[in-house]
Amino acid sequence: MEIALIFLSAVFVNNFVLVRFLGICPFMGVSRQIETSLGMGLATTFVMVVASTVSWLIQNFILAPYNLPYLQNVAFILVIASMVQLVEMFINKASPSLYKAMGIFLPLITTNCAILGMALLLVMRSYSFGHSIIFGLGAGVGFTLALVLLAGIREELEFADIPDALKGAGIAFIIAGLLSMAFGGFAGLV
Amino acid sequence: MDSTLIALVSMGFLGAVFAAGLAVASKKFAVDVNPQVAEVEEALPGINCGACGYGGCSSFAEAVVSGEAAPNGCPVGGSDVARELCRILGIELDGKGQRVIAQVLCKGGQEEAVEQSTYQGPRDCRIAHMIGGHKGCGYGCLGLGTCVDTCPFEAMAMSDNGLPVIYEDKCTGCGNCVRACPRDIIVLAGDEYGVHIRCRSLAKGKPTRDACSVGCIACRRCVKECPVSAITVEDNLARIDYDLCINCRKCAAVCPMNTIDIQDEKPVLKKKRSEV
Repeated sequence: MEIALIFLSAVFVNNFVLVRFLGICPFMGVSRQIETSLGMGLATTFVMVVASTVSWLIQNFILAPYNLPYLQNVAFILVIASMVQLVEMFINKASPSLYKAMGIFLPLITTNCAILGMALLLVMRSYSFGHSIIFGLGAGVGFTLALVLLAGIREELEFADIPDALKGAGIAFIIAGLLSMAFGGFAGLV
Repeated sequence: MDSTLIALVSMGFLGAVFAAGLAVASKKFAVDVNPQVAEVEEALPGINCGACGYGGCSSFAEAVVSGEAAPNGCPVGGSDVARELCRILGIELDGKGQRVIAQVLCKGGQEEAVEQSTYQGPRDCRIAHMIGGHKGCGYGCLGLGTCVDTCPFEAMAMSDNGLPVIYEDKCTGCGNCVRACPRDIIVLAGDEYGVHIRCRSLAKGKPTRDACSVGCIACRRCVKECPVSAITVEDNLARIDYDLCINCRKCAAVCPMNTIDIQDEKPVLKKKRSEV
């Protein structure tokens, strides 16, 4: 039951993008097409799951026993950066077109604050090992969900009659704000 | 001291583990790249400035190899890099395989051109042009520096005589000034060409001479003198075809109005590039 709560909370109630406002850069940058946003979401989810696992291990076997909490940021960023490198190599091998479509935003997953935020949160909340992985998975799924939702709407917007002043980024920000308010409706669910 | 040592060792250990993992992964997920792309990238300046319109030197290299971008697309490398890229790709350089830079086709500054009125409006050529301009010549440079304002590379400045000057070493041929000029006075030409007919006046000889002491009066002496038929006169204005010009400077020697300008530092071209 607690596992389901952690997962749903990370996906909906405290969605990293739409409620916590973390990782807005790829949220606006890679949400033009559903396909690329799905790829971006999956890549980020993978990094989040691995990062949550490794961060937990580092926190509980290195940082906590040796009293090095001040190294949290450095250690976690190290984990995230390495994982992003791995994902980048894998995607370049597996799907060059996806690699091209994601462009600069793929290496920028490293600096996606949603991932570091997730790693710091799971330490702050002293989750168990299993719960950390579920939390990472939920955060990733929530991130993917937000990206795909916005991408779906933006694809439809291509055909809409938008006032000149709002075309492009302007309307995307408004839609993102509306989505965020909609997710506010989940507050208090868990 | 002890905790510092622990911190160093633990972070060093983590870094080593991840580095080893990535080294293995980079072998496993290695992607075969076209060796030409690597060679092209090697020949490029490698500063990733983005002036070519691509994300960086590596994406420009890919575009060049795939034929999407022209080998002379790198404004920073100029004609040397363009030649090198053509050698790598085994393709011929045509007349356009060189760096382009902006040329100002008007010599009528404050000293040479007659002013018919005093302009006190906004310092913008486009606005001055809308009300007809303040110069006797309806085709000449208005001298308000709109082109200089739009230059993103600080490659232009206004001279004391009220004409834009182009610093050719800084010019990247981006064409911003060409688009900004309401009178189409600025054109892009290959950086090898050193002979320019600096006039845009379509007026007949007499009104042109009345308005400006260096305007083209369409006397056709340059047309007769040119050994490669690069100059033609159309609508009362001599025009030079840079693709044909060989910088021989014979036209400039006979021009009675001194409209034709030579840049001494640019050597005479023995042969056209397309013939090499």
